[in-house]
Amino acid sequence: MGIRQTLDNLEPHFHKGGKYEKYYPLFEAVDTIFYSPPSVAKTTAHVRDGIDLKRIMITVWLCTFPAMFFGMWSAGWQANLAIADGYASMGGWREAILMTLAGGHDASSWWSNLVLGATYFLPIYLVNFAVGGFWEVLFAIKRGHEVNEGFFVTSVLFALILPATIPLWQVALGITFGVVIGKEIFGGTGKNFLNPALTGRAFLYFAYPAQISGDAVWVAADGFTGATALSIAFQDGMAALSSQYSWWDAFIGFIPGSVGEVSTLAILIGAAVLLWTKIASWRIMLGVFLGMVATSALFNLIGSDTNPMFAMPWYWHLVVGGFAFGMVFMATDPVSASMTNQGRLLFGALIGVMTVLIRVVNPAFPEGIMLAILFANLFAPLIDHFFVQANIKRRLKRTGATAEETA
Amino acid sequence: MEHYLSLFVASVFVENLALAFFLGMCTFLAVSKKVSAAFGLGIAVIVVLTISVPVNNVIYNGLLAEGALAWTGISGAENIDLSFLGLLSYIGVIAALVQILEMFLDKYVPALYNALGVFLPLITVNCAILGGVLFMVERNYNFGESVVYGLGSGVGWALAITALAGIREKLKYSDVPGGLQGLGITFITVGLMSLGFMSFSGISL
Repeated sequence: MGIRQTLDNLEPHFHKGGKYEKYYPLFEAVDTIFYSPPSVAKTTAHVRDGIDLKRIMITVWLCTFPAMFFGMWSAGWQANLAIADGYASMGGWREAILMTLAGGHDASSWWSNLVLGATYFLPIYLVNFAVGGFWEVLFAIKRGHEVNEGFFVTSVLFALILPATIPLWQVALGITFGVVIGKEIFGGTGKNFLNPALTGRAFLYFAYPAQISGDAVWVAADGFTGATALSIAFQDGMAALSSQYSWWDAFIGFIPGSVGEVSTLAILIGAAVLLWTKIASWRIMLGVFLGMVATSALFNLIGSDTNPMFAMPWYWHLVVGGFAFGMVFMATDPVSASMTNQGRLLFGALIGVMTVLIRVVNPAFPEGIMLAILFANLFAPLIDHFFVQANIKRRLKRTGATAEETA
Repeated sequence: MEHYLSLFVASVFVENLALAFFLGMCTFLAVSKKVSAAFGLGIAVIVVLTISVPVNNVIYNGLLAEGALAWTGISGAENIDLSFLGLLSYIGVIAALVQILEMFLDKYVPALYNALGVFLPLITVNCAILGGVLFMVERNYNFGESVVYGLGSGVGWALAITALAGIREKLKYSDVPGGLQGLGITFITVGLMSLGFMSFSGISL
């Protein structure tokens, strides 16, 4: 009980009148990471459940681990392959760490790949965590509420959707925009109407397109250009794509891309846990999936002589780009998605449709899921509004009276 | 047919008057507190745009454009260029239309009439309407195109204001920092909405 005792000893300092009264949110955050809060509901109606926001967020965070570790390995593997092909490595301190821990570039050694990938991913994640955490704590102290664990998830999701070679100052800028403008100024966790991680990424995408899109950013080797599967398909058609990568390559994750989104398999493992614990809504995932299948089938049917993306079948849409990651981790964000059950299906379907639409008909953006989710976020409150109104109307018709509040 | 369809989709999403051109901001920000009022205003804007754009199209092509008066048969008429009267006549047409719409709503839909209040006459000076008309003139739409464009841009504006109202209803109880409460946070909301609408930029239909 060492930790409990230390915390208990410290606690009086953080209460009203104590030395560190202002920093109570910080104390509270540390305390509840280790122990369930002792406070209990005092009025009659309450739910007994071990799960709270913190447990939910940490579960989501753990669910990203398969994608994260596979992504690190894959980022290192892609870089090592390129370096074996004669491209220079990026050098610097990353090289030094790799040489110390793994002894050299070797694409056939999983350890060398993992270490190299980690030297790119971990700094991004640490910057995210530190800068995002800084803003979260600052706003919590200023407002006098507890630190919300939302930023745990926001920071890891944001790190996972960035290319490995992105400059760290841009990472700091992006997470700042996402957390402050996307979330905190609206009142913090639970009040934002856009997904903060995606807001940050969209900000970077439009502000610094050179470092986050194109062909040169995905593989961490100097001068190497490797197009993502989506841009290959967009430029050269499906035949070029399937000659370079098999569907299984794309499904397991042997393709270049943002760290977290390369492996559909690893993402689906996380998805299984999220669905089993009922943290993510299956309705949203199903909606996204069905919307994507329907729209891509429609485009397959229409066909086009000039735009090869029309021919991309749904099972390819699923495995390339960030579709799986967006469907599992981004669209299901409980705050910015629709809250009604029918609304969730519709909300998901809107994302699926928009994703394929942007991928296929918008030449400006090879990837669509990010903007599709942001777009659907805009309409989530409206979708809820109309479903709630419809429910009220139906109830009125059935009972002839509005629902009385039972006090 | 396909041409009209893509013009419609483009005017609703790609060239959304509110979120891509930021036109009609005053009413957009002022009447977006409640979904029902925003929806009503959106419908009103759709009606006014759908009528005023084609009507002004006829006026422009029949009276104002250079050489448009040639149909009168008067000698030298093909040299007359009245397009400097454009703004004046467009505003006049819009004002008259809004007046008629107002009387109509007052008589048949008093609830909406009361909800819209002063913003109904203000549609007259809503730059989204005039903007729609001026875009029509600038892009040389023919009559059919101007009907589709008027309807589409109206639907786009209505969609944007209804979505904004939905978001603002959700934000009603948010703990927004003091300096940003009210219009401040609404401006930021609109900015972020237009980020979401960026998904359409670059689509050429």
